[in-house]
Amino acid sequence: MSSTTNPPTHHTSTIGAIGTPSRRNTELALLAFAVVIPVFAYANVGLAINDKVPPGLLSYGLGLGLLAGVGHLVVRKFAPYADPLMLPLATLLNGLGLVVIWRLDQSKKLNNYADAAPRQLLYSAMGVALLVAVLIFLKDHRVLQRYTYISMAGALFLLVLPLVPGLGANIYGAKIWIKIPGLGTLQPGEFAKIALAVFFAGYLMVKRDALALASRRFMGLYLPRGRDLGPILVVWVISILILIFETDLGTSLLFFGMFIIMLYVATERTSWIVFGLLMSAVGAVGVASFEPHIQTRVQAWLDPMREYQLSRAGTNDGILHSEQAMQALWAFGSGGTLGTGLGQGNSDLIGFAANSDFILATFGEELGLAGVMAILLLYGLIVERGVRTALAARDPFGKLLAIGLSGAFALQVFVVAGGVMGLIPLTGMTLPFVAYGGSSVIANWALIGILLRISDTARRPAPAPAPSPDAEMTQVVRPS
Amino acid sequence: MNKPLRRIALFCGLLVLALLVRDNWIQYVQADELKSDKDNRRVIIERYATPRGDIIVDGKPITGSKETAGSDFKYKRTYTNGPMWAPVTGYASQAFGANQLENIEDGILTGNDDQLFFRNTLDMLTGKEKEGGNVVTTLNGAAQKAAYNGLEKQGGKGAVVALDPATGAILALASYPSYDPSSFAGNSTTTDTEAWQKLQKANNDEDPMLNRALRETYPPGSTFKVVTAAAALENGLYTGAGQQTDSPLPWIMPGTTTPLKNEGNIPCKNATLREALRVSCNSVFGKIGADLGNDKMLAEAKKFGFGEEQFTPIRSSASVFSDNMNPSQTALSSIGQFNTAATPLQMAMVASAVANDGTLMKPYMVDELQAPSLDPIEKTDPEKLSQPLSSKNAQILQSMMETVVKDGTGKNAQIDGVTVGGKTGTAQHGVDNSEKPYAWFLSYAKLADGSSPVAVAVVVEDDSAVRDDISGGGLAAPIAKSVMEAVINSKQ
Repeated sequence: MSSTTNPPTHHTSTIGAIGTPSRRNTELALLAFAVVIPVFAYANVGLAINDKVPPGLLSYGLGLGLLAGVGHLVVRKFAPYADPLMLPLATLLNGLGLVVIWRLDQSKKLNNYADAAPRQLLYSAMGVALLVAVLIFLKDHRVLQRYTYISMAGALFLLVLPLVPGLGANIYGAKIWIKIPGLGTLQPGEFAKIALAVFFAGYLMVKRDALALASRRFMGLYLPRGRDLGPILVVWVISILILIFETDLGTSLLFFGMFIIMLYVATERTSWIVFGLLMSAVGAVGVASFEPHIQTRVQAWLDPMREYQLSRAGTNDGILHSEQAMQALWAFGSGGTLGTGLGQGNSDLIGFAANSDFILATFGEELGLAGVMAILLLYGLIVERGVRTALAARDPFGKLLAIGLSGAFALQVFVVAGGVMGLIPLTGMTLPFVAYGGSSVIANWALIGILLRISDTARRPAPAPAPSPDAEMTQVVRPS
Repeated sequence: MNKPLRRIALFCGLLVLALLVRDNWIQYVQADELKSDKDNRRVIIERYATPRGDIIVDGKPITGSKETAGSDFKYKRTYTNGPMWAPVTGYASQAFGANQLENIEDGILTGNDDQLFFRNTLDMLTGKEKEGGNVVTTLNGAAQKAAYNGLEKQGGKGAVVALDPATGAILALASYPSYDPSSFAGNSTTTDTEAWQKLQKANNDEDPMLNRALRETYPPGSTFKVVTAAAALENGLYTGAGQQTDSPLPWIMPGTTTPLKNEGNIPCKNATLREALRVSCNSVFGKIGADLGNDKMLAEAKKFGFGEEQFTPIRSSASVFSDNMNPSQTALSSIGQFNTAATPLQMAMVASAVANDGTLMKPYMVDELQAPSLDPIEKTDPEKLSQPLSSKNAQILQSMMETVVKDGTGKNAQIDGVTVGGKTGTAQHGVDNSEKPYAWFLSYAKLADGSSPVAVAVVVEDDSAVRDDISGGGLAAPIAKSVMEAVINSKQ
């Protein structure tokens, strides 16, 4: 870092940091696309359904543009070296999500959705506000390290909330919501995800050497000592408890997966992965053996047609049979390669949660294989930028936090998209940015905010080295 | 820490890849299967998304479509004179699916048929809304009206089929009692479901949704004697209408001590074929059947179409003439009793083969499929089905059947200035013939130029009539006459 022989020309040996372009103008150009594409899509829906340009087009375009503009200006001012892709990617996904939510608002079958899109726009504004707050008040992500254990307590508190009688809401078998009178429902798990990532990053940064080095070799694997197994066991038990009490397979998988990823990155020990997979398999199979809700989900995954028929026949065997898995597959299949075009599909047949958990099916039907692949690649790009941020980060805490957040994001997309497409059993989860739901949008904007902050720190040119005392001119003490 | 980070990046890449592969699987590989799955509601939404094409009779549509509100099905089927045409059109109901022509030609009517692919692609590019094509039928509106009104006036269950002997084109296809397919064309759980339930056999003794012209088989009774006479001529048992038959009276059925009785005291002893058909001698035709034997009778019946389903394109039931019968059973079968059973279509085919000088044409009712632009896509060419009897024998049989109408049991079917040949029938059925008999009449008309424009079969079951009153000549012949007149008048 320091150069003792050079004259004080502020040269440093950290080549990568010299004059790193901020790429803010790239971000601005991309943001223009991220706003214009959804605006065209919005007009497309209106033309397809009502044969006229929707009257809300201007306010929608201005709203989305305003969000993108504010986000961009704040990034330019407070995180000038942040990754230039994340904000446009998130804006594009958020914008397309709004279009499809509005499209489903127009469905006569789903008339209870009436004004979901304006509300989602409000939630998006709140999300961007949170992003702005993160960027302004979190000058350095390492500050979060101080709140390691507070984050843990916060995460646990948030996770337990839905179980509090009178506060929690059981919606179609999953108890992951809390009711806030007058405001609607909130999914605390979305926020717990970020708090847990902070806790894991802080904890593992301190304990990683102990976990990595103090181990015994057994059958080619490094097995951790019993006492070091403690934390992983605790997290495992928490995940299982979520699964049992909140019957939420997705969140449970997400938290455990995120922990394993961070543990592996912290310790560089493959044995943790093996352990993690074994434990999650044991946990999932164990719980599934006595929890009917989970069993139904697995059955609906193995034979969606049978579930459809049971649901149609009104079979009442104490289990809620749902035709949604089959309806989602039909929506995807009917879309085919190029889709029916926005506003021209029948994905509203899915019914409940068509604009949240199942929103990808509408993309599948109306934008086709091409559209869904594009959406999946957009998610892939966000994850890639997150991983790149982790690689570029200079401090272990930043690396761990970035990979934890991006890994969790990737897992969430996989769990929900895979579930809707029938790749894995369906679990109630929202597709980040796209699905209707305030908690999800707000929490994910905050997540992007933290990633932007880490990447800004990572790409920021290194501070000029302190001038070498040897090279300094002799102090002249002037008599006063 | 960077090595595990790269591996995690790879892992995330694999997750995305797995999603992409799965997406290709369901949206490309399995797409068509999922899209056309019968439980996929999009299939019926699509069926009713645009006005259906029409089914056309005499250049005028007998169906229509009207826009409906409050449902994801945009258009609803309507029918003009629904009950009269129901045996032809079938129904297309949003709630209960479709059958008959509405189902068989669904591809053309909705505009989804592969033959319309090019046109649809063009329409999509030019932004034109997809339209359905039309199905042009061979039916004759006046004949159908005469048939349906005749049955309605009679009041009992029954059916009429009229064919063009030269081509096999179906001119009339009526069944009574019938139903109005408009009454359950929608998907309202109250009105449409209620109407549908009321029409089901379980709730309605009349069974109005049964297409009696094609799907019900009746014992043909004496009308089957036309087939037996054809068998006698074709197999050389007798060579002319005027030749005396070897027919003792009373004739004891072989292997039994029971004589085969005639209706009343009629001159059947050694009667000529012409006389035997004129007065409808059971003893003469029973003996012919027994003399020829089961195999030869079956072979002749098969040539007339017995034992085969016909696809008009609406499927008809197969008519029955049994195999492995002893001589007395063969004798009974040869006068249209015992196991013998025929659809009205089958008996119309018998009359038309005789009228067409022995050539049986394949019956059909779709003349042409039209694109939405009215351009023809597919035209049906008349097709020969078989040659049940030689032209010479057919003319012998014609002269015999003409005698029946001129001064026999079929006098009620006489038309001024037109030669009519026919045969009556009264089929008994039920245990010990306890149930009401069916009155049959089959006939054809021949114009002065020797061409025969129409052959008809009529069957009427009249629960309310006194049993003795029922005879083919009394109940069925007037209906056949009005149908033939309608066809002849529409040709002029």
